[in-house]
Amino acid sequence: MERTAVRRRLTWQVGTVSEIREETATARTIVLDVPEWPGHLAGQHLDVRLTAPDGYHASRSYSIASAWTGETIDLTVEQVPEGEVSPYLVEVLKVGDPLEVRGPVGGWFVWKPEQPGPIQLIGGGSGVVPLMAMLRAHAEAASTAPARLLYSVRRPTSVIYVNDLKKLAASDDVDLKFVYTREAPPGEPRIGRIDADILSKAAFQPEDEPTTYVCGPTPFVETVADLLVAAGHDPARVRTERFGPTGGSR
Amino acid sequence: MTADVPTYLDGNAAAGALREIFAVDLTAAIGECVGCGRVGVFAEARLYVDAPGLVARCQSCDHVLLRVVTTPTDTYLDLRGLTYLRLPTSP
Repeated sequence: MERTAVRRRLTWQVGTVSEIREETATARTIVLDVPEWPGHLAGQHLDVRLTAPDGYHASRSYSIASAWTGETIDLTVEQVPEGEVSPYLVEVLKVGDPLEVRGPVGGWFVWKPEQPGPIQLIGGGSGVVPLMAMLRAHAEAASTAPARLLYSVRRPTSVIYVNDLKKLAASDDVDLKFVYTREAPPGEPRIGRIDADILSKAAFQPEDEPTTYVCGPTPFVETVADLLVAAGHDPARVRTERFGPTGGSR
Repeated sequence: MTADVPTYLDGNAAAGALREIFAVDLTAAIGECVGCGRVGVFAEARLYVDAPGLVARCQSCDHVLLRVVTTPTDTYLDLRGLTYLRLPTSP
């Protein structure tokens, strides 16, 4: 009998920052070169660990923003005021710096190209990051599964990946809708949160049998997930990922 | 203070800590809560990360499902709140 691949426990490894892209006033994308990276699925994340001179560790989990193409990994980090890790990543880290990472991790909030059915993505703020990885993987795989992104942001200048999103939305299979909660661009009269009305008009309906991915701050995710279930979506097809200022994710 | 803002995340955020202990991903595993018998994906559990270590609680009854605490020398894993975990068998 042939030996199967040995599954190992995950350990920390050191990557190098190869590029930094400013996305918004508070978010930036860090491109990492990690020599031993085994590849990842869209929606997976990695943990970043910072070590103080006295040995104190702080680690946080960040969603990977890129589809795996065999080279580098994009992380997009939104600065959390008074955060322990994100201010360093957003303000201090520069090209050429080492960064300790562990991953990829997570097997639930993932999209695989062979998965059947439409994909409904619903993101709040930087919750768009893993959804972007899914759209990029969708494009990379030339998937014809219909995909829709409903992206809730405070104002037009808060939109992460605005140019890439417009390019992806040029595909017949990808649909993009922004929902502005504080300030809308000219020509967009509606300001407000995602509600049942928007979901009924801009999202796939239960009979379309989509797999729905909802990512954002905890209150956003719970509100949207409740609205989806109330509208008749099967809870088993609604996958959620929460993040917040308390530190675990992002 | 903003007491009305939930302080929990979800089981997805425990993926890294658990993969340091286990060779497979546990966040997509199905588990049963000892407290109320709810059966669900571990990723959907409430995860508190501001306790010492990580504490996962049942989203229905708030019972503690799992705790992971890492000290400089050891990692403590408490799984008493899960009757079982069901994982897909590797092909």
